[in-house]
Amino acid sequence: MKVTILDYGAGNLPSVERAFERLATPTERATTPESISSAEAIVLPGVGHVAALIRALDKFNLREPLCESVRRGTPFLGICLGLQVLFASSEEAPEFSGLSLFEGSVRALPNSVKLPHMGWNQLQRTSNSRLLRGLAENAWFYFAHSYAAPDASTAATATCTHGAQFAAVIERENISAVQFHPEKSGPSGATVFKNFLEMAQCL
Amino acid sequence: MPLARRIIPCLDTDGSRVVKGINFVGLQYAGDPVELAARYNAEGADELVVLDIAASRDRRPTFLETIRRVAAELAIPLTAGGGIRTLEDARAVVRAGADKITVNTAAVERPQLIAELANEFGSQAVVLAIDAKRESDSWDVRVRGGRESANRNATQWAQEGVTLGAGEILITSVDRDGTQCGFDVQLTSAIAQSVSVPVIASGGAKTPAHFAEVFTTGAADAALAASIFHQRTQPIGALKEFLASQGIPVRLNQ
Repeated sequence: MKVTILDYGAGNLPSVERAFERLATPTERATTPESISSAEAIVLPGVGHVAALIRALDKFNLREPLCESVRRGTPFLGICLGLQVLFASSEEAPEFSGLSLFEGSVRALPNSVKLPHMGWNQLQRTSNSRLLRGLAENAWFYFAHSYAAPDASTAATATCTHGAQFAAVIERENISAVQFHPEKSGPSGATVFKNFLEMAQCL
Repeated sequence: MPLARRIIPCLDTDGSRVVKGINFVGLQYAGDPVELAARYNAEGADELVVLDIAASRDRRPTFLETIRRVAAELAIPLTAGGGIRTLEDARAVVRAGADKITVNTAAVERPQLIAELANEFGSQAVVLAIDAKRESDSWDVRVRGGRESANRNATQWAQEGVTLGAGEILITSVDRDGTQCGFDVQLTSAIAQSVSVPVIASGGAKTPAHFAEVFTTGAADAALAASIFHQRTQPIGALKEFLASQGIPVRLNQ
Protein backbone atom coordinates (compact mmCIF):
# COMPACT_ATOMS: atom_id res chain seq x y z
CA MET A 1 0.00 0.00 0.00
CA LYS A 2 1.13 3.51 -0.82
CA VAL A 3 0.13 6.43 1.41
CA THR A 4 -0.81 9.71 -0.24
CA ILE A 5 0.14 12.72 1.88
CA LEU A 6 -1.71 15.88 1.02
CA ASP A 7 0.96 18.53 0.40
CA TYR A 8 -0.16 22.08 1.03
CA GLY A 9 3.13 23.23 2.54
CA ALA A 10 2.61 21.97 6.10
CA GLY A 11 5.76 22.11 8.18
CA ASN A 12 5.37 18.59 9.52
CA LEU A 13 5.09 16.85 6.15
CA PRO A 14 8.73 15.60 6.02
CA SER A 15 8.41 14.14 9.53
CA VAL A 16 5.23 12.30 8.52
CA GLU A 17 7.01 10.92 5.45
CA ARG A 18 9.87 9.70 7.63
CA ALA A 19 7.44 8.02 10.05
CA PHE A 20 6.01 5.93 7.18
CA GLU A 21 9.48 5.32 5.78
CA ARG A 22 10.47 3.76 9.13
CA LEU A 23 7.48 1.41 8.68
CA ALA A 24 8.74 0.51 5.18
CA THR A 25 5.67 2.11 3.60
CA PRO A 26 6.03 4.18 0.43
CA THR A 27 4.45 7.65 0.34
CA GLU A 28 3.70 10.23 -2.32
CA ARG A 29 3.00 13.93 -2.00
CA ALA A 30 -0.32 14.98 -3.50
CA THR A 31 -1.08 18.47 -4.75
CA THR A 32 -3.69 17.72 -7.43
CA PRO A 33 -7.37 16.63 -7.31
CA GLU A 34 -6.49 13.55 -9.41
CA SER A 35 -3.87 12.28 -6.98
CA ILE A 36 -6.38 12.58 -4.10
CA SER A 37 -9.10 10.76 -6.04
CA SER A 38 -6.84 7.84 -6.93
CA ALA A 39 -5.23 7.50 -3.48
CA GLU A 40 -5.23 4.17 -1.63
CA ALA A 41 -4.91 5.95 1.72
CA ILE A 42 -4.81 9.67 2.50
CA VAL A 43 -2.95 11.50 5.26
CA LEU A 44 -3.65 15.17 5.94
CA PRO A 45 -0.88 16.62 8.11
CA GLY A 46 -1.01 20.11 9.50
CA VAL A 47 0.37 22.50 12.04
CA GLY A 48 -0.03 26.24 12.48
CA HIS A 49 -3.11 28.26 11.49
CA VAL A 50 -6.22 26.45 10.23
CA ALA A 51 -6.92 29.23 7.71
CA ALA A 52 -3.71 28.35 5.84
CA LEU A 53 -4.92 24.77 5.41
CA ILE A 54 -8.45 25.66 4.30
CA ARG A 55 -7.19 28.34 1.91
CA ALA A 56 -4.78 25.84 0.35
CA LEU A 57 -7.50 23.18 -0.05
CA ASP A 58 -9.66 25.65 -1.94
CA LYS A 59 -6.83 27.19 -3.95
CA PHE A 60 -5.78 23.80 -5.33
CA ASN A 61 -9.39 22.54 -5.67
CA LEU A 62 -8.77 19.70 -3.24
CA ARG A 63 -11.83 20.14 -1.01
CA GLU A 64 -14.29 18.21 -3.20
CA PRO A 65 -12.03 15.31 -4.18
CA LEU A 66 -10.96 14.93 -0.55
CA CYS A 67 -14.54 14.82 0.78
CA GLU A 68 -15.54 12.49 -2.04
CA SER A 69 -12.67 10.05 -1.41
CA VAL A 70 -13.39 9.99 2.31
CA ARG A 71 -17.13 9.41 1.72
CA ARG A 72 -16.27 6.64 -0.74
CA GLY A 73 -14.34 4.86 2.03
CA THR A 74 -10.68 5.69 1.33
CA PRO A 75 -8.76 5.28 4.61
CA PHE A 76 -8.01 8.75 5.97
CA LEU A 77 -5.75 9.99 8.77
CA GLY A 78 -5.88 13.64 9.85
CA ILE A 79 -3.16 15.09 12.07
CA CYS A 80 -3.64 18.21 14.24
CA LEU A 81 -5.21 20.72 11.81
CA GLY A 82 -6.06 17.65 9.72
CA LEU A 83 -8.45 16.72 12.54
CA GLN A 84 -9.82 20.22 13.11
CA VAL A 85 -10.65 20.79 9.46
CA LEU A 86 -13.05 17.79 9.48
CA PHE A 87 -15.49 19.89 11.52
CA ALA A 88 -17.92 22.47 10.22
CA SER A 89 -16.12 25.54 11.51
CA SER A 90 -13.33 26.84 13.73
CA GLU A 91 -13.14 29.83 16.05
CA GLU A 92 -9.60 30.35 14.77
CA ALA A 93 -10.94 31.30 11.31
CA PRO A 94 -14.69 32.01 11.55
CA GLU A 95 -14.75 33.28 7.95
CA PHE A 96 -13.96 29.80 6.56
CA SER A 97 -16.03 26.64 6.52
CA GLY A 98 -14.45 23.29 7.25
CA LEU A 99 -15.13 19.96 5.53
CA SER A 100 -18.22 19.35 7.73
CA LEU A 101 -17.63 15.59 7.91
CA PHE A 102 -18.33 16.00 11.63
CA GLU A 103 -20.80 18.28 13.32
CA GLY A 104 -19.71 20.92 15.74
CA SER A 105 -17.18 23.68 15.96
CA VAL A 106 -13.50 23.77 16.84
CA ARG A 107 -13.02 26.14 19.77
CA ALA A 108 -10.19 27.93 21.54
CA LEU A 109 -8.89 26.18 24.65
CA PRO A 110 -9.64 28.25 27.79
CA ASN A 111 -7.01 30.83 28.68
CA SER A 112 -7.08 29.71 32.32
CA VAL A 113 -4.12 27.46 31.35
CA LYS A 114 -0.89 28.08 29.45
CA LEU A 115 -1.43 28.26 25.71
CA PRO A 116 -0.43 26.88 23.29
CA HIS A 117 -1.06 23.43 24.79
CA MET A 118 2.49 22.42 24.03
CA GLY A 119 4.24 19.29 25.16
CA TRP A 120 3.59 15.69 26.14
CA ASN A 121 0.23 14.69 27.54
CA GLN A 122 -1.79 11.55 28.21
CA LEU A 123 -5.22 10.49 26.98
CA GLN A 124 -8.47 9.24 28.46
CA ARG A 125 -9.98 6.42 26.43
CA THR A 126 -13.72 6.80 25.95
CA SER A 127 -14.36 3.78 23.76
CA ASN A 128 -12.51 1.03 22.00
CA SER A 129 -9.83 2.61 19.81
CA ARG A 130 -8.26 0.84 16.85
CA LEU A 131 -5.73 3.61 16.42
CA LEU A 132 -4.42 3.22 20.01
CA ARG A 133 -4.36 -0.59 19.92
CA GLY A 134 -1.38 -2.03 21.80
CA LEU A 135 -0.57 1.24 23.57
CA ALA A 136 -0.56 1.57 27.36
CA GLU A 137 -3.36 3.61 28.92
CA ASN A 138 -0.74 6.09 30.16
CA ALA A 139 1.16 6.46 26.86
CA TRP A 140 2.42 9.99 26.15
CA PHE A 141 1.75 12.02 22.98
CA TYR A 142 3.12 15.35 21.78
CA PHE A 143 0.62 18.21 21.37
CA ALA A 144 1.10 21.73 19.95
CA HIS A 145 -2.18 23.61 19.51
CA SER A 146 -4.46 26.29 20.98
CA TYR A 147 -7.77 25.20 19.38
CA ALA A 148 -9.51 21.86 19.76
CA ALA A 149 -12.54 19.85 18.69
CA PRO A 150 -15.37 19.12 21.14
CA ASP A 151 -14.94 16.01 23.29
CA ALA A 152 -18.66 15.36 22.97
CA SER A 153 -18.09 14.39 19.35
CA THR A 154 -19.62 10.91 19.20
CA ALA A 155 -16.65 9.73 17.15
CA ALA A 156 -14.08 10.63 19.83
CA THR A 157 -12.45 7.43 21.06
CA ALA A 158 -10.02 9.28 23.34
CA THR A 159 -9.96 12.70 24.91
CA CYS A 160 -7.27 14.85 26.47
CA THR A 161 -7.57 17.62 29.04
CA HIS A 162 -5.81 20.98 29.05
CA GLY A 163 -8.04 23.57 30.69
CA ALA A 164 -10.95 21.74 29.08
CA GLN A 165 -11.55 18.25 27.79
CA PHE A 166 -11.29 17.91 24.02
CA ALA A 167 -11.25 15.23 21.30
CA ALA A 168 -7.75 13.77 21.01
CA VAL A 169 -8.59 10.80 18.77
CA ILE A 170 -11.53 10.52 16.39
CA GLU A 171 -12.46 7.30 14.63
CA ARG A 172 -15.48 6.60 12.46
CA GLU A 173 -15.41 3.92 9.79
CA ASN A 174 -12.59 4.86 7.40
CA ILE A 175 -11.90 8.20 9.09
CA SER A 176 -9.20 8.50 11.75
CA ALA A 177 -7.82 11.73 13.16
CA VAL A 178 -5.58 12.76 16.04
CA GLN A 179 -5.06 16.16 17.65
CA PHE A 180 -1.54 15.23 18.76
CA HIS A 181 1.47 14.78 16.47
CA PRO A 182 2.21 11.05 16.08
CA GLU A 183 5.21 11.97 13.90
CA LYS A 184 6.70 13.73 16.97
CA SER A 185 5.48 11.29 19.62
CA GLY A 186 8.37 8.82 19.66
CA PRO A 187 7.50 5.09 19.87
CA SER A 188 3.83 5.77 20.81
CA GLY A 189 3.39 7.79 17.64
CA ALA A 190 4.97 5.05 15.53
CA THR A 191 2.40 2.60 16.91
CA VAL A 192 -0.44 4.94 15.86
CA PHE A 193 0.89 5.00 12.28
CA LYS A 194 1.31 1.21 12.31
CA ASN A 195 -2.28 0.76 13.51
CA PHE A 196 -3.54 3.14 10.81
CA LEU A 197 -1.74 1.13 8.13
CA GLU A 198 -3.17 -2.14 9.44
CA MET A 199 -6.68 -0.68 9.42
CA ALA A 200 -6.17 0.78 5.95
CA GLN A 201 -5.08 -2.59 4.60
CA CYS A 202 -8.14 -4.33 6.04
CA LEU A 203 -10.78 -1.81 4.99
CA MET B 1 -3.48 14.77 33.43
CA PRO B 2 -0.83 17.47 33.76
CA LEU B 3 1.56 18.12 30.92
CA ALA B 4 4.88 16.37 31.36
CA ARG B 5 7.77 18.65 32.30
CA ARG B 6 10.17 18.48 29.36
CA ILE B 7 13.89 17.71 29.30
CA ILE B 8 15.57 19.33 26.30
CA PRO B 9 19.20 18.74 25.28
CA CYS B 10 20.73 21.61 23.33
CA LEU B 11 23.30 21.22 20.58
CA ASP B 12 25.37 24.39 20.17
CA THR B 13 27.04 24.06 16.79
CA ASP B 14 29.52 25.98 14.67
CA GLY B 15 27.29 25.02 11.76
CA SER B 16 28.30 21.40 11.46
CA ARG B 17 29.95 20.35 14.75
CA VAL B 18 28.70 20.47 18.31
CA VAL B 19 30.94 22.84 20.23
CA LYS B 20 31.37 23.92 23.80
CA GLY B 21 32.77 27.23 24.85
CA ILE B 22 31.90 30.38 26.68
CA ASN B 23 31.22 33.51 24.67
CA PHE B 24 32.88 32.01 21.61
CA VAL B 25 36.20 31.79 23.45
CA GLY B 26 38.06 28.51 23.49
CA LEU B 27 35.52 26.56 21.44
CA GLN B 28 35.96 22.83 21.88
CA TYR B 29 34.63 20.03 19.74
CA ALA B 30 31.95 18.26 21.79
CA GLY B 31 30.48 15.75 19.36
CA ASP B 32 28.70 15.03 16.12
CA PRO B 33 25.18 16.54 15.99
CA VAL B 34 23.65 13.60 14.14
CA GLU B 35 25.07 11.01 16.55
CA LEU B 36 23.99 13.04 19.57
CA ALA B 37 20.51 13.60 18.13
CA ALA B 38 20.03 9.86 17.57
CA ARG B 39 21.23 9.13 21.10
CA TYR B 40 18.91 11.70 22.72
CA ASN B 41 15.95 10.53 20.66
CA ALA B 42 16.53 6.99 21.96
CA GLU B 43 17.27 8.08 25.56
CA GLY B 44 13.92 9.78 26.01
CA ALA B 45 14.66 13.46 25.41
CA ASP B 46 11.35 15.30 24.97
CA GLU B 47 12.62 17.73 22.34
CA LEU B 48 15.91 18.83 20.86
CA VAL B 49 17.31 22.31 20.24
CA VAL B 50 20.02 22.93 17.63
CA LEU B 51 21.70 26.31 17.54
CA ASP B 52 24.17 27.85 15.14
CA ILE B 53 26.23 29.88 17.59
CA ALA B 54 28.61 31.16 14.92
CA ALA B 55 25.67 32.22 12.72
CA SER B 56 27.87 33.49 9.94
CA ARG B 57 26.28 33.97 6.54
CA ASP B 58 28.72 31.84 4.59
CA ARG B 59 28.28 28.84 6.88
CA ARG B 60 24.48 28.95 6.63
CA PRO B 61 24.10 26.17 4.04
CA THR B 62 26.20 23.93 6.31
CA PHE B 63 23.87 24.60 9.24
CA LEU B 64 20.76 23.87 7.14
CA GLU B 65 22.31 20.57 6.10
CA THR B 66 22.96 19.82 9.79
CA ILE B 67 19.26 20.50 10.56
CA ARG B 68 18.23 18.14 7.76
CA ARG B 69 20.46 15.35 9.01
CA VAL B 70 19.44 15.86 12.65
CA ALA B 71 15.71 15.98 11.79
CA ALA B 72 16.03 12.67 9.95
CA GLU B 73 17.07 11.01 13.24
CA LEU B 74 14.22 12.36 15.35
CA ALA B 75 10.70 11.28 16.28
CA ILE B 76 10.49 14.21 18.73
CA PRO B 77 10.15 17.95 18.07
CA LEU B 78 13.13 19.93 16.83
CA THR B 79 13.78 23.61 17.48
CA ALA B 80 16.47 25.40 15.48
CA GLY B 81 17.93 28.88 15.66
CA GLY B 82 20.91 31.14 15.73
CA GLY B 83 21.24 33.92 13.21
CA ILE B 84 17.59 34.02 12.13
CA ARG B 85 17.00 37.64 11.10
CA THR B 86 14.26 37.43 8.49
CA LEU B 87 11.17 35.45 7.54
CA GLU B 88 13.22 33.98 4.71
CA ASP B 89 15.90 32.72 7.16
CA ALA B 90 13.14 31.08 9.19
CA ARG B 91 11.53 29.48 6.13
CA ALA B 92 14.83 27.83 5.23
CA VAL B 93 15.16 26.40 8.74
CA VAL B 94 11.57 25.09 8.76
CA ARG B 95 11.99 23.61 5.28
CA ALA B 96 15.11 21.83 6.51
CA GLY B 97 12.97 20.07 9.13
CA ALA B 98 12.69 22.27 12.24
CA ASP B 99 9.30 22.32 13.99
CA LYS B 100 10.06 25.52 15.85
CA ILE B 101 12.30 28.51 15.29
CA THR B 102 14.09 30.39 18.03
CA VAL B 103 14.96 34.07 17.72
CA ASN B 104 16.99 36.22 20.08
CA THR B 105 19.08 39.29 19.12
CA ALA B 106 17.24 39.94 15.84
CA ALA B 107 13.91 40.06 17.69
CA VAL B 108 15.29 42.59 20.19
CA GLU B 109 16.47 44.76 17.30
CA ARG B 110 13.22 44.37 15.34
CA PRO B 111 10.38 42.98 17.53
CA GLN B 112 8.02 42.82 14.55
CA LEU B 113 10.01 39.78 13.38
CA ILE B 114 8.17 37.78 16.07
CA ALA B 115 4.78 38.75 14.60
CA GLU B 116 5.94 37.92 11.07
CA LEU B 117 7.07 34.45 12.15
CA ALA B 118 3.89 33.79 14.16
CA ASN B 119 1.71 34.79 11.21
CA GLU B 120 3.58 32.49 8.87
CA PHE B 121 4.17 29.42 11.06
CA GLY B 122 1.78 29.85 14.01
CA SER B 123 2.70 30.81 17.56
CA GLN B 124 3.44 27.19 18.48
CA ALA B 125 6.47 27.40 16.18
CA VAL B 126 7.96 30.61 17.56
CA VAL B 127 10.31 30.45 20.55
CA LEU B 128 11.60 33.74 21.90
CA ALA B 129 15.02 33.17 23.45
CA ILE B 130 15.99 35.72 26.08
CA ASP B 131 19.44 35.96 27.68
CA ALA B 132 19.04 37.72 31.01
CA LYS B 133 21.54 39.08 33.52
CA ARG B 134 20.62 39.93 37.08
CA GLU B 135 20.68 43.57 38.14
CA SER B 136 19.76 43.83 41.83
CA ASP B 137 16.08 42.84 41.89
CA SER B 138 15.38 42.59 38.15
CA TRP B 139 16.98 41.15 35.01
CA ASP B 140 18.47 42.96 32.05
CA VAL B 141 18.15 41.55 28.52
CA ARG B 142 21.50 40.77 26.93
CA VAL B 143 22.23 40.30 23.22
CA ARG B 144 25.07 39.04 21.01
CA GLY B 145 25.73 35.93 23.02
CA GLY B 146 25.15 37.68 26.34
CA ARG B 147 27.88 40.28 25.83
CA GLU B 148 25.85 43.45 25.30
CA SER B 149 23.02 45.00 27.25
CA ALA B 150 19.81 45.64 25.33
CA ASN B 151 18.67 48.05 28.05
CA ARG B 152 15.42 46.19 28.46
CA ASN B 153 13.75 44.50 31.39
CA ALA B 154 13.57 40.73 30.81
CA THR B 155 10.06 40.13 32.19
CA GLN B 156 8.67 43.07 30.20
CA TRP B 157 10.39 41.85 27.03
CA ALA B 158 8.95 38.37 27.57
CA GLN B 159 5.46 39.86 27.87
CA GLU B 160 5.94 41.98 24.77
CA GLY B 161 7.22 38.94 22.86
CA VAL B 162 4.14 36.91 23.80
CA THR B 163 1.85 39.77 22.78
CA LEU B 164 3.61 39.81 19.39
CA GLY B 165 3.02 36.07 18.97
CA ALA B 166 5.81 34.07 20.65
CA GLY B 167 4.45 30.69 21.76
CA GLU B 168 7.27 29.85 24.18
CA ILE B 169 9.99 31.67 26.10
CA LEU B 170 13.47 30.15 26.38
CA ILE B 171 15.06 32.00 29.28
CA THR B 172 18.80 31.70 29.83
CA SER B 173 20.52 33.07 32.90
CA VAL B 174 23.75 34.67 31.69
CA ASP B 175 24.97 34.62 35.32
CA ARG B 176 24.48 30.87 35.69
CA ASP B 177 25.28 29.69 32.15
CA GLY B 178 28.30 27.38 32.21
CA THR B 179 28.65 27.53 36.01
CA GLN B 180 26.82 24.25 36.81
CA CYS B 181 25.59 25.95 40.01
CA GLY B 182 21.91 25.38 39.26
CA PHE B 183 19.24 27.33 37.38
CA ASP B 184 18.36 30.89 38.43
CA VAL B 185 14.94 29.80 39.72
CA GLN B 186 13.97 33.33 40.72
CA LEU B 187 14.45 34.40 37.11
CA THR B 188 12.46 31.48 35.66
CA SER B 189 9.59 31.92 38.12
CA ALA B 190 9.51 35.68 37.46
CA ILE B 191 9.20 34.97 33.72
CA ALA B 192 6.67 32.15 34.22
CA GLN B 193 4.49 34.43 36.35
CA SER B 194 4.53 37.23 33.80
CA VAL B 195 3.58 35.29 30.66
CA SER B 196 0.79 32.90 29.62
CA VAL B 197 2.96 30.62 27.44
CA PRO B 198 5.29 27.74 28.40
CA VAL B 199 8.74 28.68 29.75
CA ILE B 200 11.96 26.75 29.07
CA ALA B 201 14.68 27.30 31.68
CA SER B 202 18.33 27.30 30.67
CA GLY B 203 21.72 27.97 32.21
CA GLY B 204 23.48 26.37 35.16
CA ALA B 205 22.11 22.81 35.28
CA LYS B 206 24.18 20.01 36.72
CA THR B 207 22.38 17.77 39.20
CA PRO B 208 18.93 16.14 39.13
CA ALA B 209 18.08 18.33 42.16
CA HIS B 210 18.69 21.43 40.01
CA PHE B 211 16.06 20.20 37.57
CA ALA B 212 13.58 19.36 40.33
CA GLU B 213 14.07 22.86 41.76
CA VAL B 214 13.47 24.62 38.45
CA PHE B 215 10.25 22.66 37.85
CA THR B 216 8.90 23.36 41.35
CA THR B 217 10.22 26.67 42.76
CA GLY B 218 11.18 27.86 39.28
CA ALA B 219 7.73 27.08 37.77
CA ALA B 220 9.39 26.10 34.48
CA ASP B 221 7.59 23.91 31.92
CA ALA B 222 10.80 22.60 30.38
CA ALA B 223 14.51 22.62 31.20
CA LEU B 224 17.40 22.78 28.77
CA ALA B 225 21.01 21.73 29.20
CA ALA B 226 23.96 20.86 26.98
CA SER B 227 27.30 19.56 28.21
CA ILE B 228 26.00 17.44 31.13
CA PHE B 229 24.06 15.44 28.54
CA HIS B 230 26.78 15.41 25.84
CA GLN B 231 29.41 14.16 28.29
CA ARG B 232 27.02 11.65 29.89
CA THR B 233 27.49 13.31 33.27
CA GLN B 234 23.73 13.13 33.59
CA PRO B 235 21.91 10.38 31.69
CA ILE B 236 18.42 11.55 30.64
CA GLY B 237 16.69 8.33 31.73
CA ALA B 238 18.09 8.51 35.27
CA LEU B 239 17.24 12.21 35.49
CA LYS B 240 13.61 11.52 34.56
CA GLU B 241 13.38 8.60 37.00
CA PHE B 242 14.57 10.96 39.75
CA LEU B 243 12.04 13.65 38.80
CA ALA B 244 9.22 11.08 38.74
CA SER B 245 10.28 9.93 42.23
CA GLN B 246 9.86 13.57 43.35
CA GLY B 247 6.28 13.60 42.06
CA ILE B 248 7.12 15.72 39.00
CA PRO B 249 5.22 14.56 35.89
CA VAL B 250 7.67 13.40 33.22
CA ARG B 251 7.41 11.19 30.15
CA LEU B 252 9.17 7.94 30.94
CA ASN B 253 10.13 5.51 28.19
CA GLN B 254 7.35 3.03 27.69
